Amino acid sequence: MGLLSDPNRRRALTNLVTRLNTPLCVMCYIVGITWFLGLAFEPFTLRTYMSENAMGSTMVEEKFVYGDRALSYSREFSGHRKKVGGLPVDWLGKTMKSRGLEVYKQTFSRTLPFPDESKERYMVKGTNVYGILRAPRAPRTESILLSATCSEGSNNNQAVGLLLALASYFRGQIYWAKDIIFLVNEHDLIGMEAWLEAYHDVNMTGIQSSPMQGRAGAIQAAVSLELSSDVITSFDVVVEGLNGQLPNLDLVNLFYAFCQKIGMLCTIQGKLQRNDWDTLPGYSHSLNTMLLMVLKQSSGRPQGDHGLFLRYHVEAVTLRGINSFRQYKFDMSTVGKLIEGMFRKLNNLLERFHQSYFFYLLPSLTRFVSIGYYMPAFSFLILILMLRALDLWVQLSNTPRVQDDEEQDPGPSMLSLATPIFICHLTGLALYFLPILSQDMATQHFPVSETEAVVFTAIAIYVAGLALPHNTHRALSGNGTECGWKFETLISSVPCCAPWLYSAD
Amino acid sequence: MPAIFHYISQHARGERLPPAEMAASLVLVLLIAVTVRAVLFRSSLAEIIAERVEVVSPLNGWKRVVEGLALLDLGVSPYSGDVFHETPLMIYLFHFVIDYSEIVFMIADAITAVALYLAVQDYNKIVYRKQKYTLEAGRYPLDVAELLRTPKEMMYIPIKVAVFYLLNPFTVLSCVAKSTCGLNNAVTALFILCTIKGSALLSAIFLALATYQSLYPFTLFAPALLYQLQRLYIPISVHSPRFWIFTSQYGSMYLGSLVVITCLSFFLLSSWDFVTSVYGFILSVPDLTPNIGLFWYFFAEMFEHFRPFFICVFQINVVFYTIPLSVKLKEHPIFLMFMQIAVISIFKSYPTVGDISLYMAFLPLWHHLYRFLRNIFLVSIVLIACSVLFPVLWHLWIYAGSANSNFYYAITLAFNVGQILLVSDYFYAYLRREHHLIHGLYLKKKDGTEETLILK
Repeated sequence: MGLLSDPNRRRALTNLVTRLNTPLCVMCYIVGITWFLGLAFEPFTLRTYMSENAMGSTMVEEKFVYGDRALSYSREFSGHRKKVGGLPVDWLGKTMKSRGLEVYKQTFSRTLPFPDESKERYMVKGTNVYGILRAPRAPRTESILLSATCSEGSNNNQAVGLLLALASYFRGQIYWAKDIIFLVNEHDLIGMEAWLEAYHDVNMTGIQSSPMQGRAGAIQAAVSLELSSDVITSFDVVVEGLNGQLPNLDLVNLFYAFCQKIGMLCTIQGKLQRNDWDTLPGYSHSLNTMLLMVLKQSSGRPQGDHGLFLRYHVEAVTLRGINSFRQYKFDMSTVGKLIEGMFRKLNNLLERFHQSYFFYLLPSLTRFVSIGYYMPAFSFLILILMLRALDLWVQLSNTPRVQDDEEQDPGPSMLSLATPIFICHLTGLALYFLPILSQDMATQHFPVSETEAVVFTAIAIYVAGLALPHNTHRALSGNGTECGWKFETLISSVPCCAPWLYSAD
Repeated sequence: MPAIFHYISQHARGERLPPAEMAASLVLVLLIAVTVRAVLFRSSLAEIIAERVEVVSPLNGWKRVVEGLALLDLGVSPYSGDVFHETPLMIYLFHFVIDYSEIVFMIADAITAVALYLAVQDYNKIVYRKQKYTLEAGRYPLDVAELLRTPKEMMYIPIKVAVFYLLNPFTVLSCVAKSTCGLNNAVTALFILCTIKGSALLSAIFLALATYQSLYPFTLFAPALLYQLQRLYIPISVHSPRFWIFTSQYGSMYLGSLVVITCLSFFLLSSWDFVTSVYGFILSVPDLTPNIGLFWYFFAEMFEHFRPFFICVFQINVVFYTIPLSVKLKEHPIFLMFMQIAVISIFKSYPTVGDISLYMAFLPLWHHLYRFLRNIFLVSIVLIACSVLFPVLWHLWIYAGSANSNFYYAITLAFNVGQILLVSDYFYAYLRREHHLIHGLYLKKKDGTEETLILK
């Protein structure tokens, strides 16, 4: 029990902590930052590999050649779309049905908290159309999903066209062991969330939707397509999902494996891979890619439609076709071959993706940094809080025994200590709840719009919070001030550093 | 010597709250506690909390009580189907008060708090009287004046105990989840109250009830016995005939009550099913739902061949500490009781946070040990961090699928290590204070330099 019970060793350790506190903190900070920046350096990363056994070899010949059929579907779709002014539900349903899928429609509507900027409307209404290709000889308990969104304007037509061409091609194959769902959703994320909530029979966001009539079992994996041009120069994979959740790394590895096989250029964060990792531009390129991923994850916004699947434990990625000024272009048939290959591999899955990492950073498409490598950098930063807390604790427990003869300062009472903390928490709660709650009242009585009401309420609470140190200083006046402030700092830093103790192993 | 008298009498002349004010503050605390619980009962959090595995276990979940009552209403034995593991007395209690279940649990918490309040009040009086006699007999060394307890400091301890129990987040969670752990705590608290008041019969009856409910409190027989012997000035030695007479009296009262209650349960349901369903379940641990205890992960991985052996090892671990601790702490039975309750809460087969809150309510009693505690900072951080991480890692394991049971068990292990460290830290502090009371506070070696105490 040495360290915790031997008083000599304890005293040595606490002396170390108090004497070297600032140098240790500075060193921890530098080590943490350097560690994180060093993660992008290629020798410190691992090469990606397929962890799932079922995704083993790729000895299959892809036979999709119907690229021009995809293009003709996409032109029909864009024509009908312009005519209807939204998703051409009937045409889509008829086409899917003629290709042999079971077609279902789902209408949804949602009241937006703030009116839409462009049209000043509150309600968003739409329809999702999806077709299910039933596997010929399989129990209908698992499925894989391909989706293309019908967003505003006239982009993503080619994705819908390719989806329809793939649907008709897949219908003729006999090797499908899982059902395939082909989904065209309206209004991007809202439509996708409506579909997912209805499919899984939950209601988390208050979307009203018609009941879902056709289901295909548990979705094992999903791919979302974004193609806005007839030919592409490279294919981008987007992984960041809602609240920064990521799909299983195996799905990204699968995409990369097929890009290699087909010979397609693949990018991540819109950047191509470089081979010169030992030069400064090469290193800064990887660092840039990795930091972009961190930034996108921290924003919490799903970067593609796939981001909403991850909450339901369905691994999903978004594949985005990019048409840049490169000379060599890939046509729809190649893209179709890639997706066909991926889906044939996903067909072999025996269970959901769980073997590979769920928490990772990608400095490039072939290199990854798992949580075991990037978390220690963060731990060093939290260690600073821990060291400060220990230092304050040791100081607080040593001071009371100093004076015996003079009148001791009455230590800060529990009430005077609890008041500033209580006020701070109240301010936080007010900041969280008040703007939304007071939105209605603010728009009735003041000449502001809803968005402005929220922003102004938040600013008002911030300004009130500026007066906080003055108020708490008055509350905590008296002799116990210094002791009290030390205690305050201790209590505030403890919750921040507590989770560090258990960073994931 | 006069210095010590002067010091004590100076503090004794300090202000003392009249009993009416103390009772008023207890009532205020009860009101606040009831309000908090009522607010939570009416909110949407009640269903979420009632499903958390840290708060309910297969033994004391409310859903299972409802299931058992439904089976009873249908005329089938409630123990069929291995869902219900409560005792027959509990079924019949809820059979009559099922419509007022929330009030029943709030009253149970209130009973526990009031029982602990009264018990601690009495105990403090006894401790102070004993200290006064020892002081007058001159058996304390000269420099332990600052270690002695004063009425001013001891005045607020009962209300602090009540607050620690009622406003502990663990207790509130357990009450809102309607876990029958609250009722078990109430019975244990009444047992402690009767023991401290000195009524052997009532103490035996409540101990029998507590044992009947969850089996492990039978280890509290030893501290209760030691306390009663101490109170009646019977010497604790195997050669004294009065010792054996009282032990057999108390033991027969306890066993007799236990037999009566068990037979009563038999007559209530006309079958002995409940023995295998309740006690067999507690002892053989067939249900491996994750909880904050140590059993589930271990036995999930165990081969069937070794299961009986490890069951015996784990169950003996709960009761094993009674005899050594009783030998060491035979002069301090209430501290022994605190340690025993803590050991039961940590090592029992299906612990929940309600069990933890019972022994945490005792911590204000040992407030005077604060200066000797060595690891309280680390322990508090470990306990708070683990309590926060329990739901996080449960979500990651069950809902997100990114973690697995190892992560959750790691937090369970860390939490239990934190609790064990807390208990052993208080044990160390207690023994150290006793050592100082005998040998003096500032220890000097023979040549006059300062000595340090090292626990090896």
